[in-house]
Amino acid sequence: MAERIKVVVTGLGAVTPVGNNVPDTWAALLAGRSGIAPITRFDPTPFATHFAGEIKNLNLEDYIPRKEIRKMDPFTHWGLIAAREAIADSGLDMAAEDSWRVGVIASSGIGGLQILQAQWGKYTETHQIRFSPFMIPQMITNILPGYIAIEHHCQGPNFAVVSACSTATHSLGVALDTIRAGRADVMIAGGAEGAVCELGIGGFNALRALSTRNDDPTTASRPFDATRDGFVLSEGAGILVLESEAHALARGARIYCELAGFGATDDAHHITAPLEDGAGASMGMTLAMRDAGLAPSDIDYINAHGTSTALNDAGETTAIKTALGEDDARRVAISSTKSMTGHMLGAAGSVESIVCALAIRDSVIPPTINYANPDPACDLDYTPNHSRPLTIRAALNNNLGFGGHNATLAFKAYPYNP
Amino acid sequence: MALEDKVVDIIVDKLGVTRDQVKPEASLIEDLGADSIDTVDLVMTFEEEFGESIPDEDSQKLKTVGDIIAYLKSKGKE
Repeated sequence: MAERIKVVVTGLGAVTPVGNNVPDTWAALLAGRSGIAPITRFDPTPFATHFAGEIKNLNLEDYIPRKEIRKMDPFTHWGLIAAREAIADSGLDMAAEDSWRVGVIASSGIGGLQILQAQWGKYTETHQIRFSPFMIPQMITNILPGYIAIEHHCQGPNFAVVSACSTATHSLGVALDTIRAGRADVMIAGGAEGAVCELGIGGFNALRALSTRNDDPTTASRPFDATRDGFVLSEGAGILVLESEAHALARGARIYCELAGFGATDDAHHITAPLEDGAGASMGMTLAMRDAGLAPSDIDYINAHGTSTALNDAGETTAIKTALGEDDARRVAISSTKSMTGHMLGAAGSVESIVCALAIRDSVIPPTINYANPDPACDLDYTPNHSRPLTIRAALNNNLGFGGHNATLAFKAYPYNP
Repeated sequence: MALEDKVVDIIVDKLGVTRDQVKPEASLIEDLGADSIDTVDLVMTFEEEFGESIPDEDSQKLKTVGDIIAYLKSKGKE
């Protein structure tokens, strides 16, 4: 049997509530800074939740021509900016590449909710059939990889993979498989989300999914804490450049780490609630480790889905114990960076994969902030409140989406020294 | 504001071009970089701005900046 193609991470790009690029985001996460604040985009007073993780101080005209800005929903703005950073960071020179061998898999978890809301709102107000010709292309979630392809001239496999909160994780997993299958040498992959609007906040409020800690937004996202009361909706984008090891070495690329494994399962249980025993998420981790040739004893860090909802954090804790075994589950460093970024839905999996890559590079675990009250159902080491140094041989990134979707990615230090 | 200025302002805004590019003889598609969706969007904006419904058979004939100005004037707009 031919040796399997190894896939490495060579470029990172992010726009998040804690920073408008990767270096700023990473510095904020290591410092334990929250990006959660009162909502400014609309008046949230009538809603149960008044805060979110909005993108701040980002002048779109610095990145995208004004006439193009209006043709895109915010998730596409941020996705394009993150893709540009990731490609620049990778040093990839598209003029020197075979464009048919460079693909893009990126999406949002929900799609263009803001344009949909604006256009429908205008119609119900005026009853005039005057929909923008840009509404549909703005709304469809696969327009993001379309725009990335246009800007960078990537003519390889290009589509969107959607699974709500695990969208970007699945996107990276399918991108990994695409390179392994020999269908591309380079894949630009990740996710973006722009659902902080009335429909987004109102919709998640109706599900009783969001924290309502309106008196203290920066402490509202408190994964694994006993007083957690829901997730914090946030927005942004994360994009990674993946390529075959051979391709990266041939062009002398800087390699962050190896993307070594992907595990995907479904709970087959409930549209929004996870299985209480975490069996689906646990099998996702097991499959990712198996795919990567890793044993539980090789894992030093898990970037947990850790949404700060009662059900997720307890179920995920059980899942980690099942997948790693009690001893390794207690040894491994876990953190939920959602404690700082909030839950970026379709962008969560890629931003958190970027966190894994940088944690491996810098030998440091970013913290779970706002951790104050231990919960007997969440009794592992969540790296409370402060980052700490740790050499990481291998890391897992979990993301679990409405629909029962579970996805785990396994990252290995490059070179890998077990 | 004169009709000409309003039309030029809208085109500058929508297509991201400079005022001096928006000459009467300038073609929306060939000279000003509009694509077919941009032209639909432009026509909708003119309809809203001038309160005039522009049927498809008319809008398809509006190729240049001058065509638009002449059309709107022929409808009594100013």
